[in-house]
Amino acid sequence: MTIAAPAEAAPRVPNAAMEFARRQPLGAISFVIICVMMTAGIFCEWVAPYDPLAIDFVQLLGAPSLEHWCGTDAYGRDICSRLIYGARTALVIGFTSSFVGSTLGAILGVASAYFGGRIDNWIQRVVDILLAFPIIVLALVVVAAFGRFAVAGIDVNLILAIAIPIVPRVARVVRAAALSVRVMPYVDAARAAGYSHTRIIFRHMAPNVVAPYLIMLTAFIAQAILAEASLSFLGLGVQEPTAAWGLMLSGNAADFYRQAPWMILFPGVAISLAVFAFNLFGDSLRDYLDPRFKV
Amino acid sequence: MLRYTVNRILLMIPTLLGVAVLIFFMLRVVPGDIVEVKLRGDGGSVTQETIEAERKRLGLDKPWHEQFVGWMVGVATLDLGISMWTERPVVEEMALRLELSLEVAILATIFAVLIAVPLGTLAALFRDTWIDYLMRIMTIGGISIPSFWFGMIIMLSLLALFNWLPPITFTSIYEDPIANLTQLIWPALAVGYRYCAVAARMIRSSLLEVLNEDYIRTARAKGVFERLVISRHALRNALLPAITVIGLEFTFLIGGLVVTEQVFNLNGIGQLFVQSVARNDFTLIQGMVMLIAGFYVLVNLGIDLLYAVFDPRIRYE
Repeated sequence: MTIAAPAEAAPRVPNAAMEFARRQPLGAISFVIICVMMTAGIFCEWVAPYDPLAIDFVQLLGAPSLEHWCGTDAYGRDICSRLIYGARTALVIGFTSSFVGSTLGAILGVASAYFGGRIDNWIQRVVDILLAFPIIVLALVVVAAFGRFAVAGIDVNLILAIAIPIVPRVARVVRAAALSVRVMPYVDAARAAGYSHTRIIFRHMAPNVVAPYLIMLTAFIAQAILAEASLSFLGLGVQEPTAAWGLMLSGNAADFYRQAPWMILFPGVAISLAVFAFNLFGDSLRDYLDPRFKV
Repeated sequence: MLRYTVNRILLMIPTLLGVAVLIFFMLRVVPGDIVEVKLRGDGGSVTQETIEAERKRLGLDKPWHEQFVGWMVGVATLDLGISMWTERPVVEEMALRLELSLEVAILATIFAVLIAVPLGTLAALFRDTWIDYLMRIMTIGGISIPSFWFGMIIMLSLLALFNWLPPITFTSIYEDPIANLTQLIWPALAVGYRYCAVAARMIRSSLLEVLNEDYIRTARAKGVFERLVISRHALRNALLPAITVIGLEFTFLIGGLVVTEQVFNLNGIGQLFVQSVARNDFTLIQGMVMLIAGFYVLVNLGIDLLYAVFDPRIRYE
């Protein structure tokens, strides 16, 4: 499924995707950007013109040319290919950490609203404390606490480090939405029917907070990509020689301000575009799904 | 008002205690500590005995409850221990860098507020015109562009335009204000852009809300000049919610500084934090977290008190 440019205002719009594109043209544009990124990320091997790890000593710090569209870096690696492979890194880490964080946050939020009373109080206390820290600061603390732990080439602890700061932020919003679901007669009915707490939380309440959950999930992919880029830039995220946008800006990249500004320029544009697209898509999704809902 | 203030100050204590407990246990869930990093980091071979001796010297061999009591007593008496890497008091290490980071943060705030207030107001007044669209594009950029990359772009532009880079050595503003500003204005710009975007968006939306209120219509109906309607009736009420956002974002500036200080090679709080994480310096990390939390509760206290001053209803609750 792809959405082309904003559709013409048709008298009757048959499906939801077209309706979304018509009502939220900016959202549709950002969706196209996301699709392009995803295609590049999934089909790296076919899309990328070069091997992102191939070192070429003849082409050190090569300027952008027809051969190397975005130039080459200090090791003669093709920047364009590294950007394409970097899209894979950013999307994998962005998606998984936002998914893990938002899901945990949503469960916590719904549970907090459902049980109420003392449990709610304690959960909200902890949420309040965690909210005192910016995402990147909390992620750094988790990095310090857990160290590195790679499974199949993916740093699980990096994903965790980005996911944990997302949990309290989602929990807060989902709890607010779940509080209004909590007082619905069907929840009382379910309790009267003797269903277990788990069943009520997952089968009766969770489906009714899907809208805020989806909105937060998309919006936090943007934050997660930004956090991954920042951590990698600081040398505490993705490690060389894996291609990652933040990593491309770090280390000796700054030594080449004069000789090779393209080394700085393109990765930053990639990060900004990705964050921009997911932010905008999340916003449009919010306006489309629930105009009254504000994150 | 006094009662309210005292109440609010007392409420800070449980939050800070919670942070202290949480950070202590978070750092100790997974085994492994600084001693390994410090002694084995370079790949040299070190005997187990040396490692044990170093652990003992740093107090890491004590049972965790003893360490915990020591830490909590330290927090209560504002003694955050000794850095495990540099072996200097944590408080001293932080105090050294605070001036620089605080100055960048304040400069960023000034820059953000100076631009955000007029920009947000104009965008709200000329809603859906080109001014509004321009502001939206600018603010979306502010939220999407990573501040550290924006900092790099600033450096790149300075180099391209003036063939000049800001100085690297820090001079205090009390010694030489000009040298100080030429160094710190750029990182302030880099982290201030996002700040400005968030504040401008907030001012726009809260002003739009206020402009729909009945009292604005009343003011217009009785013939008050439009300029006065905006400045006295609308802006005054719209700025109150904006203050919350501006205040909270101020505490979150540290997030931007953590990465941006690296770009400009500034020896500030952010860089210290990154170093402490890279070196597994637990005492320093704990201290930094307490500093950030303390800052957060203080700014929140400020916001609440400001609210109480502007909106008397809150005081009597």
